Amino acid sequence: MKSAVIVFPGSNCDRDVAVALEKFHIKNQMVWHNETELPKCDLIILPGGFSYGDYLRTGCIASKSRIINAVIKHEKNGGLILGICNGFQILIETGLLPGVLLRNKKLRFLSKNVFLKALNINNHFCLYYKQKKVIELPIAHNEGSYFANSNLLQNLEDNNLIAFKYCDQKGNIISDANPNGSSNNIAGILNNKKNVLGMMPHPERLIDPILSGEDGSLMFKSLFNSPT
Amino acid sequence: MKISAIVTLKKDVLDPQGKVVSQTLRNMGYDNIINVRQGKYFEIELNEINKEKAKKKVEEICKNLLTNIVIEDYTINLK
Repeated sequence: MKSAVIVFPGSNCDRDVAVALEKFHIKNQMVWHNETELPKCDLIILPGGFSYGDYLRTGCIASKSRIINAVIKHEKNGGLILGICNGFQILIETGLLPGVLLRNKKLRFLSKNVFLKALNINNHFCLYYKQKKVIELPIAHNEGSYFANSNLLQNLEDNNLIAFKYCDQKGNIISDANPNGSSNNIAGILNNKKNVLGMMPHPERLIDPILSGEDGSLMFKSLFNSPT
Repeated sequence: MKISAIVTLKKDVLDPQGKVVSQTLRNMGYDNIINVRQGKYFEIELNEINKEKAKKKVEEICKNLLTNIVIEDYTINLK
């Protein structure tokens, strides 16, 4: 498994992701946004941060950067793409994932751990969450309220494209456990082909039991062991 | 030619910033405030003398970059 982390001006989780990838034996390369070609890789990661200072709309300017055509091509060829936080916002602005991410309902920047339920584990990203009833991961965002019209929400639910939902400590998906006002408690979604995952929580921040926890490790283990 | 574009959230999309502004205005004593919607204003200078052509270009710009058409509307004003 080989990966490429795209670095935009303002990305700030790029190196954390790189550390996580390397820890789980995924051979990684950093790619600057101004490149037009990607190195040979199976997985692209769009990291968290504040690409282009969140100018215009979060992820908007990054979605028009030079490397994005290569990212879209990678997706068309069935390659894997993981967008975390700002990366999720970029995927939405690029059109690789549907819907929109609005400002958090209470207009506050949120930085805390949340509980999640993995609803679809039959994909390259979430296989190792099979045994895990409730996952704990940190969120850190200002625009993370996932919004979609009722048709799209129905489509996501019917086709099992919601990867993660916010829940309480016991795994109940209730509105009290929804930190940002996302429709249906959505924290992460897949595209139809299930080769693109966008999520607001940060798996790369929980990969070491000494420092934090290991619930993020499971995603990188899934990716390393997924057939490519 | 200078053209301006105003981008606002669609009517049905919750505008939390606008809501806070209208609430604050009410708190300040402006009790006849009904509603406030917040938006973005762009002033675009184009190298184009034909009004129709310029408007078309700006419309394209609005669709491709300035607005997220899922949640936002735009209005274009020729000067």
